[in-house]
Amino acid sequence: MAEHGPVVLRVCRAMLGHADADDAWAETFLAALKAYPDLRPDSNVRAWLVTIAHRKAIDQTRSRARRPLPVADLPETPSTIGVPADPDTELWAAFQALPLKQRGAVAYHHLAGMPYSEVAALLDSSEAAARRSAADGIAGLRRSYPKGIPDDEHERQ
Amino acid sequence: MTSTNVSDQQVIDDLFAITTSGPTTSDIATEQRLHTRLVDAAERDGVLDVSYRTIDSPVGSLLLAATEDGLVRVAFDREDHDVVLGHLATEISPRILRAPRRLDGAASQLDEYFSGQRRTFDLPIDLQLAHGFRRAVLTHLRDIAYGETASYAMVAAASGSPAAVRAVGSACANNPLPLVVPCHRVVRSDGSIGQYLGGTEIKQALLAMEAVT
Repeated sequence: MAEHGPVVLRVCRAMLGHADADDAWAETFLAALKAYPDLRPDSNVRAWLVTIAHRKAIDQTRSRARRPLPVADLPETPSTIGVPADPDTELWAAFQALPLKQRGAVAYHHLAGMPYSEVAALLDSSEAAARRSAADGIAGLRRSYPKGIPDDEHERQ
Repeated sequence: MTSTNVSDQQVIDDLFAITTSGPTTSDIATEQRLHTRLVDAAERDGVLDVSYRTIDSPVGSLLLAATEDGLVRVAFDREDHDVVLGHLATEISPRILRAPRRLDGAASQLDEYFSGQRRTFDLPIDLQLAHGFRRAVLTHLRDIAYGETASYAMVAAASGSPAAVRAVGSACANNPLPLVVPCHRVVRSDGSIGQYLGGTEIKQALLAMEAVT
């Protein structure tokens, strides 16, 4: 858990946002705990955990789709103490706006460090398609950066 | 200028940063919050088979582990806590989590013991890690009172096999619950102290402590 916990949290945050990530993280490890005795010792634990997290994300995205979407510019509801809020950046907004496949490909390959062959299996597509989704996703994110003179945040460029 | 002034790697690094640490909470706080949530969920669903914690004591860091039935393992630092947790995973269940609350009772009784406030442990214990004759020996060790000692031969006789002196020695050497099951009170017939899984200097210190309080 110490080894894979941070990776799974990053994936959960990327796919679900910070507020729902805690739940998804705990649910992922709980599912892992339940299934663990049946796991073959040579299994790829990280890929297996990310797969569970991915399914949680799909479930949660579906159940969100059935709920009315919050309007973007409503005043933010005060968050409960200790519950992390999403970062207030253009990049985050752009990332959340990506199609699920692109977001998944970017998260699983670039954030979780999985090879495209595993990402493809997760996204139910070919390796080439997964690679393309990730590239399209990154290209989409690049467009969210201010053009021309970089702002403070990107000074190091 | 176009957006090409940002490299792909920069985008990935920034994305990494915003998904790695929350804007308001530290990593340690996050880890604790998540861990607590997982322990609660695991307890709720009945999939937490072994809980553990470590405590500081005058004889070094101690690992305490418990099953639903009771305290199942106490391990000294020199046994290597990671190795011990690995054994628990193989021999009992890989569903192991650090869950300090479940071991609050054991931790506070050990504290009281080390401060001279407690002479007997009043805790449910789980002897599943000891089998056969060794288990019988451990059961008898609990009859040796605080401040007293018994010889390996006496324990062998009490366990119904007077000739099994060496087997008593190995039962003590493999005691999964040192301190709580007081194998440190078993000494050689000639009065010398004998071996101890936590180290003979710890055995000596425990007997000295029990002799004065």
